[in-house]
Amino acid sequence: MSETANRDIDYQKLEFDYHKSPDQSRAQPAHHPVVVVGAGPVGLTLAIDLAQRGQRVLLLDDDHRLSTGSRAICFAKRTLEIWDRVGVGQRMVDKGVSWNVGRVFFRDQEVYRFDLLPEPGHERPAFINLQQYYAEGYLAERAAELPNLEIRWKNKVTALTQDGDRVTLTVDTPDGPYEISASYVAACDGSRSPLRGLLGQESKGRIFRDRFLIADLQLAEPLFPNDATERWYWFDPPFHRGQSVLLHKQADHVWRIDFQLGWDADPDEERKPERILPRVQALLRQGFERDVPFTLAWASIYTFACLRMDRFRHGRVLFAGDSAHGVSPFGARGANSGVQDAENLAWKIDAVLRGRAPDALLDSYAGEREYAADENILNSTRATDFITPKSEVSRIFRDAVLGLAREYAFARSIVNSGRLSVPATLDGSVLNTADVDGFTTLLRPGAVAADAPLSREGRATWLLRELGPDFTLLVFGAAPAWAAELGVQVLAFDGNALHDAQGLAAQRYDAAPGTAYLIRPDHHIAARWRAPTAAAVRAALDHALAKA
Amino acid sequence: MLNTEPCIERPDDFYEALLTAHQGLTTEQSHELNARLVLILANQIGRYDVLQEALAAARGNLERTTEGAPR
Repeated sequence: MSETANRDIDYQKLEFDYHKSPDQSRAQPAHHPVVVVGAGPVGLTLAIDLAQRGQRVLLLDDDHRLSTGSRAICFAKRTLEIWDRVGVGQRMVDKGVSWNVGRVFFRDQEVYRFDLLPEPGHERPAFINLQQYYAEGYLAERAAELPNLEIRWKNKVTALTQDGDRVTLTVDTPDGPYEISASYVAACDGSRSPLRGLLGQESKGRIFRDRFLIADLQLAEPLFPNDATERWYWFDPPFHRGQSVLLHKQADHVWRIDFQLGWDADPDEERKPERILPRVQALLRQGFERDVPFTLAWASIYTFACLRMDRFRHGRVLFAGDSAHGVSPFGARGANSGVQDAENLAWKIDAVLRGRAPDALLDSYAGEREYAADENILNSTRATDFITPKSEVSRIFRDAVLGLAREYAFARSIVNSGRLSVPATLDGSVLNTADVDGFTTLLRPGAVAADAPLSREGRATWLLRELGPDFTLLVFGAAPAWAAELGVQVLAFDGNALHDAQGLAAQRYDAAPGTAYLIRPDHHIAARWRAPTAAAVRAALDHALAKA
Repeated sequence: MLNTEPCIERPDDFYEALLTAHQGLTTEQSHELNARLVLILANQIGRYDVLQEALAAARGNLERTTEGAPR
């Protein structure tokens, strides 16, 4: 897969042309196996994944531009691994900013410093910081390489009906409306999701009474010696009393600052540069004890809510990303969970369209990702409650934690300015086959397969890179003779081509000679055995395809 | 399991020390001290199931008023 470099493109200014499609002149609606609505990070990832699986994919977007300004910025390890599969992971990592050192301040003192030293033996870091427009730009360029993926810009879905066989969409364009039909529609059309509205559905939950200012700054000189990157989080600092402030870095030397403003702040006033500049100057003077020349590249005011749709599946329409669920920004669970939705959905739609699995497999998409959304909402709500105490007593406890954290390590574990986004372990999924043998619980069925450094014929490789687009039977030892007839990829540490050179795979998978894992196309573990039999593996495979 | 049998060494001395720790503090500062003390003792206990039992025991039959209802 090509990972071409177009470093100088200003993705925020990029415009995509509308072209009239032959579908618009047909007497009968043209039929498409799968239509994805919304060309954001979720829709693009899903469309590329489906197209790489050989599906003919139509992606509709009501606009003709990518993301602008400051939106998603932290992309987690799991997202990068998924983007490796769609061919853009390396570009994201090359362009993105990595950091390990973070500092937490309370009032006028540094409370503690932490160093997120990455655990060795994983190809991808825990996360990178990268502007959303780069992520979308790289995905859009990858999409353009796939002949069976068509993107139609300025195509807005205005009506939707469905029966047992198909969905019919009315699509408005600069040349007027036309109709198409689809076997399945993926609604990746964002938090205000027009498709959700067309189905009469809502996303419900808790709205937080708080406002935040985002300011993106282009600094004229490095903030840290040697142009280092650190993440700083202030609770109740002298330059912004009673509120919190977050500073972190994105690509192109753009620093992003989130100022908590409180519910009573006037959003129209606060987004004016004459209000923002003194806030930034005060932060730089008091936080860094100097004046740093800067220009304001972007500013906006946001509020947030934790909410989700009751069900992510409505007949032949499947909701993914912000259309299905919304979280607060703390912990970077918005775009990251959306990309995981896409990953979960792509192989299932493909399997159903090929007749390899029954339509019921798509019910498991909803079940699994609703579960994951609840976990993300729980984590993000907890961070929000720490950052924005909702009562006097919660502020007393919050401040007590911060006051103790300087001196006592135990209190640092309670400080919560957003927990690292990690993928949900899909405990209780209908696709899992329960353990029958004794294993440690870490990589239990439902968990995402762990990476590990391997070597193949003397060349370094990674376990996740070796997993193909289909199910994989990973065998710690020689592959049983019957494995070749399963119709899935078999990866065996049999002493020949593939080696677990450092023993980390065996360690992470709690493997003994003969241990085998059945890994789904989206890298979640379906089942595992100490001594697999053909019948057991076949049954688990059928189960993971919702066939039995 | 939460131990509710007497096991504080020198209970009278402890109680006096508790009150002494609060001496000269405003009510606001006392709330702060109590919060810090709860966190320090919770870390000492460590076990989540025991902490849950302790929270339930402390909550006892305190009335849940409309205003103070947990979210």
